[in-house]
Amino acid sequence: MNILVCISHVPDTTSKINFKDNDTAFDTSGVQYIINPNDEFGLTRAIWLKEKQGAQIHVIHVGTAAADATLRKCLAIGADKAFRVDTVAIDGFSVAQELAAFVEENPYDLIITGRESIDYNGAMVPGMLATLLDIPFVTNCVGLVIEGTTAIAEREIDGGREKLKASLPMVIGGQKGLVEESDLRIPNMRGIMQARQKPFDVVPAQQNKALTQEAAFEKPAPKAEVKLVPVDDIDQLIDLLHKEANVI
Amino acid sequence: MSVLIIAESENNTLKRNASEIASYGVAFAAKLNISCTAITFHAENADTLGQYGVSHVAQVTNVPKHFDAHAYAGAVASYAKNCNATHLIIGTSADAKFMAPIIAAKLHAAYASNVVALPEEVSPLTVKRSAFTNKAFAFTQLNAEIVLIGVGNNAFGTVENNVSCKVETIELEGITSNLEQLSIEKVTGKATIADADVVVSGGRGLKGPENWHLIEDLAEVLDAATACSKPVSDMGWRPHDEHVGQTGKPVSTNLYIAIGISGAIQHLAGVNSSKVKVVINNDPDAPFFKAADYGVVGDAFEVIPKLTEKLKAFKAQA
Repeated sequence: MNILVCISHVPDTTSKINFKDNDTAFDTSGVQYIINPNDEFGLTRAIWLKEKQGAQIHVIHVGTAAADATLRKCLAIGADKAFRVDTVAIDGFSVAQELAAFVEENPYDLIITGRESIDYNGAMVPGMLATLLDIPFVTNCVGLVIEGTTAIAEREIDGGREKLKASLPMVIGGQKGLVEESDLRIPNMRGIMQARQKPFDVVPAQQNKALTQEAAFEKPAPKAEVKLVPVDDIDQLIDLLHKEANVI
Repeated sequence: MSVLIIAESENNTLKRNASEIASYGVAFAAKLNISCTAITFHAENADTLGQYGVSHVAQVTNVPKHFDAHAYAGAVASYAKNCNATHLIIGTSADAKFMAPIIAAKLHAAYASNVVALPEEVSPLTVKRSAFTNKAFAFTQLNAEIVLIGVGNNAFGTVENNVSCKVETIELEGITSNLEQLSIEKVTGKATIADADVVVSGGRGLKGPENWHLIEDLAEVLDAATACSKPVSDMGWRPHDEHVGQTGKPVSTNLYIAIGISGAIQHLAGVNSSKVKVVINNDPDAPFFKAADYGVVGDAFEVIPKLTEKLKAFKAQA
């Protein structure tokens, strides 16, 4: 089985988010980058499939060399080969088109992405990629079993779960649940050394036209001081929620 | 040019968020001075969209009864082409977020999810959306002839605007599916995190799953959904789909009540876009108090039953 895991390179979950150039660009200074958590759950699941059923795992990122260390980490925890489509990623649709063009040249049985990146939260690349390739797609995926050319994928819905069956090849939008946080791999010295020897290809981009563009950013207005209600005066809380906040 | 509202349904009835999506679409159409129609699937009460200003609904009958992202997205794309819709409005439920990118790719539409307001700028069309997991907003330009706007839950609210509504049943050609539904498990008769106006959330401060009836009783009085922090779902006290935060579900409700949750940055990110936050915690230094609107420093086991009782009395009166 050949698996492609699409990797987004995002600010660490504890990052303070700031903007520069008159609030038109994300300020990367002092920001640690990580594998997008939703992608990492997917990559770990792919490694399980490799260990249990046998598979080749390739990882791919659409973007600049800034993500190379993130891709090396993917190799260190178990991916076999990395690709980077060399471009400045502008929006989800152009990224999905780059990935689709790559997959058309290099077919895979299973393509795993995160359900969304934790920076731009577009939640569009996996669905667009599947649609451009005209193959099945399941997002918010929390369970995945592959038998031959059939996949049973479980997706989280609002208030429950749905089990779906599809034929490979397909695209999965992964998230926590596909594996748990405690299942994530930490690169060990052997993995890091091996990663240096693993193939890493930089592929030219098609330079597709983006359909959306971030024009500016804004941080939420600073919060007013919390109003504390004494523990023996819950009536006051209800009164505030009813009359002042108008939410009950 | 026209606006097309994608109104979701479930069990042959419109979902709660359909009224908000309809209100947004109607206001958007008025702003652009173009017409507006809605598309629904097996929604027996589709005509109630008239309460929110929708005068025409296309009810698709030849799609599966259960939600099927591929078939439903195909139907939306096909109908949008037939009626020359240029501005498509959809929600942010799990189903909406599943089918939206499929619709966008089929139509080569510029798609923005988690949009929090009507566009201030229409040329070029620029929408404000939450990004960086609610730690910031992005102003995103949509540069395509067709746009798809995913409206964040409770971002716009509902606007009553009674008109008479004509429901036309239609069949569309070329509807296919590449997914087979094997089973579905869903809590019924309870508000979900995605569409509730109020969410009551519990953390480690509740001390164990056996105490969750306190959270559930409070939620019931408020017709609220229940949620939990990451450690609680990691320890298996509550199902994973209740975990809210950066790697869990985002919450965007009118009222978020957090009990026994200290407020890690990843949790705050996931709940930031909720309008009013109430924090109940026995630790006055819990970081969540800095992000809250109202707070009670006190023991959850003392405060929750009291709050539940008082709210019951308040609701009975109202």
